[in-house]
Amino acid sequence: MSAGEEALLTAAGLTKLYGARIGCVDVSLDLYAGEVLAVVGESGSGKSTLLSLLATQLRPTHGRIRYRMRDGVVRDLFALGEAERRFLLRTDWGFVHQDARLGLRMGVSAGGNVGERLMAVGWRNYGSIRGEALDWLARVEIETGRIDDLPTTFSGGMRQRLQIAKNMVTAPRLVFMDEPTGGLDVSVQARLLDLMRGLVADHGLAVVIVTHDLAVARLLSHRLIVMRHGRVIETGLTDQVLDDPREPYTQLLVSADLRG
Amino acid sequence: MTGGVSYNFAYLDEQSKRTIRRAILKAIAIPGYQVPFPSREMPMPYGWGTGGVQVTASILGPHDVLKVIDQGADDTTNAVSIRQFFARTAGVRTTTHTSEASIIQTRHRIPEAPLAEGQIIVYQVPIPEPLRFLEPRESETRQMHALEDYGLMHVKLYEDIARHGHIATAYAYPVMVEARYLMDPSPTPKFDNPKMHMSPALQLFGAGREQRIYALPPYTRVVSLDFDDHPFARTRFEQPCALCGARDTYLDEVVTDDSGGRMFVCSDTDYCQGRRTAAPGREAHDERR
Repeated sequence: MSAGEEALLTAAGLTKLYGARIGCVDVSLDLYAGEVLAVVGESGSGKSTLLSLLATQLRPTHGRIRYRMRDGVVRDLFALGEAERRFLLRTDWGFVHQDARLGLRMGVSAGGNVGERLMAVGWRNYGSIRGEALDWLARVEIETGRIDDLPTTFSGGMRQRLQIAKNMVTAPRLVFMDEPTGGLDVSVQARLLDLMRGLVADHGLAVVIVTHDLAVARLLSHRLIVMRHGRVIETGLTDQVLDDPREPYTQLLVSADLRG
Repeated sequence: MTGGVSYNFAYLDEQSKRTIRRAILKAIAIPGYQVPFPSREMPMPYGWGTGGVQVTASILGPHDVLKVIDQGADDTTNAVSIRQFFARTAGVRTTTHTSEASIIQTRHRIPEAPLAEGQIIVYQVPIPEPLRFLEPRESETRQMHALEDYGLMHVKLYEDIARHGHIATAYAYPVMVEARYLMDPSPTPKFDNPKMHMSPALQLFGAGREQRIYALPPYTRVVSLDFDDHPFARTRFEQPCALCGARDTYLDEVVTDDSGGRMFVCSDTDYCQGRRTAAPGREAHDERR
């Protein structure tokens, strides 16, 4: 592809101020197709604000984001109309929340949750919607017999996998993840990470993942951004940053991680 | 009127009626769109048709002939009291015959006899927002209407099929108006949905508590939502009306004794009565009209 070397998403000078308080300041980054970018830092460092800005859930005080749409045209995300923005959000993008209840409709069956995006983009054949939902449940290792069960009857790990299936059904090119493994026990985390690695590899997904867990960042991401007090203080290849941190704060962060 | 207190024509003051008529005109101009209006206190509790009564009061003229039905019947409490209310406060002629009425106020049914040009049917609406139980935020449902963002409504129908094997929604079955606005047809049985499509009568919907008015001008396209492989189907009854023998009407189940006795009869009392008067003994033959 001729556009292969062009960034999928480019953020320039992103700043978000909450009154006099700082959300994040002057963040610039490029994200390429198929690339996994981890944003790490302690709580309050601005990583969630950054994620919300990138996912257009918040408007920045300054700065802008450009995105290469499916048709190859690069658009300014904050100049999109609301209808276009919503369409982008549920076709070309995904968002996996830490709390599955934010990403799922808890009163709607697993199949309905997966099918929602398809119906929103105009699918009107029950059989095909259900077929697609079954296919995706199997891919995220949820027993297909549970398709008509409510997510409230699912375990934490299953809910996260269902959330991923719900997002993946429209074959997005970019998925945002906010602490997707938070609150899960270690063996469940490992399976989820395996699943996400597989999806990234198979579908050439670009991912922005916010985590405070350096082990997750190391397993999943190609590149790493370290944030502190709303600013990016270090950035580089994941292995390079974690094995040979340059900034004193990053060194502290790495040495504080129990699993090293 | 019995001396002493006298009301303005049709109870509401003229300025209120003008305001409501403006909302009605806007609603007619944008079929299926919910227009906010300043709902007045009426001498009846919310849930008893305050929206419909205000719409009727605003469009009623001295020469109108009014019919009021509740679940198809002219002789139930709600229907009788609203009919008497307008007979007293407006002095208009009332009727139980669908064809004689110029305005028909209804709770949850459309008469079986086809409506004609020049007639107006006024629906009492409890909850005008079809997306309400899927999305509780009014700010969000307004956005969804503005953006024609209606995928969620199909999720509801999907859930029906997944759970029951068919679309089990039997009343308040959502419709698309002129391929633009998603509309709640009020809690009419889905049996009546096809009657809304291309109806020659003007259809007005009033929700008093929720302060919304919406409308379908005559000859508006009204399509019930469905899936390609689970198309919309009108309710069918296995037996004919036990009184008039009609096979193409909406039936009510009536319990007749304490030992499980029951019968199914037309919900539209005027239609049923009319058939029995026109052809006595018809039930024995059980023939179609």
